[in-house]
Amino acid sequence: MAEKKDPNAERVNIMYAPVNLDYRFTASDHTSRFLESIRNGQFIGSQVSEGAPVYVPPRPVCPETGLPAERLVELPDTGKVHWYTIVHIPIPDNPIKPPFVVANILLDGADITFLHLISGCDNDDIDIGMRVKAVWKPEAERTHSPANIHFFAPIDKADALAEELAKEA
Amino acid sequence: MNSPEIMQEDFSVHYTYTRSTGPVIGDFLTALRDKKQILGIKGSDGRTLVPPMEFDPITTEPLSEMVDVSDQGTVTSFCWVKNPIKHHHIQHPFAFATIRLDGADTDFIHMVDCGDEARISVGSRVKARWADERSGTMTDIVAFDVTGA
Repeated sequence: MAEKKDPNAERVNIMYAPVNLDYRFTASDHTSRFLESIRNGQFIGSQVSEGAPVYVPPRPVCPETGLPAERLVELPDTGKVHWYTIVHIPIPDNPIKPPFVVANILLDGADITFLHLISGCDNDDIDIGMRVKAVWKPEAERTHSPANIHFFAPIDKADALAEELAKEA
Repeated sequence: MNSPEIMQEDFSVHYTYTRSTGPVIGDFLTALRDKKQILGIKGSDGRTLVPPMEFDPITTEPLSEMVDVSDQGTVTSFCWVKNPIKHHHIQHPFAFATIRLDGADTDFIHMVDCGDEARISVGSRVKARWADERSGTMTDIVAFDVTGA
């Protein structure tokens, strides 16, 4: 007879305490425009006026001045890596298998970074300041989602950003 | 600017928390599973705290004197859940109630499954309904049944 462990012989040392949150997200005016634009393979940002800081995704209000940021501007799908992290621990229910790279990316012409994935190169070759470009899903597969971008892929070596950041530190 | 089409989407966020139970809650959950026994713990002021706490709420000293309390008690407050959501353990109307178990000096929260809001009130007597298969979780008590007014 196979030896069977009696679960009652062991003290309860672990408890599972999952938390479930179901919610409905309603996109604001600016966010709706942003989602529409990325369905078309285009980034947009917002600013108070020409020359003012550009926020992407677009914010309805400038966080610096509190003024309405109603001016929408188109942005290219290229930028540079501000910082990155290599994720080694799997996230439950996440289809992306580690190790993968999450990076804070500053689009050309933008004044604020956002998070996305970096791929298309060896993880060890990623560097701060590296220039990257969005790799979009085929147009037919795009929805109103940041997942329209598979990831950002390197297009060039690191430029002066790393030095700039080092000076700021 | 023209108004864009307003977009909505439903999201579900799920956090798969696993926690270690520690010296006190571990004993509490083990007793639920193995003995169908609810444990409290003696506080520095002599009160029996249920569920048991690891540290005294007054002196902050560690607590260790576990005591048995009854699986019967009295409803001290309740909230009737008319429309359970899918994550609730009971899929028909029920009550979340604070229950003062006999032998306890604090209330603890569980479900009272009595079918109709008219059957529960503050002061109702309730008794734990134990699961046949228990795994060392709070739901080893399926719910409390009303046994008297």
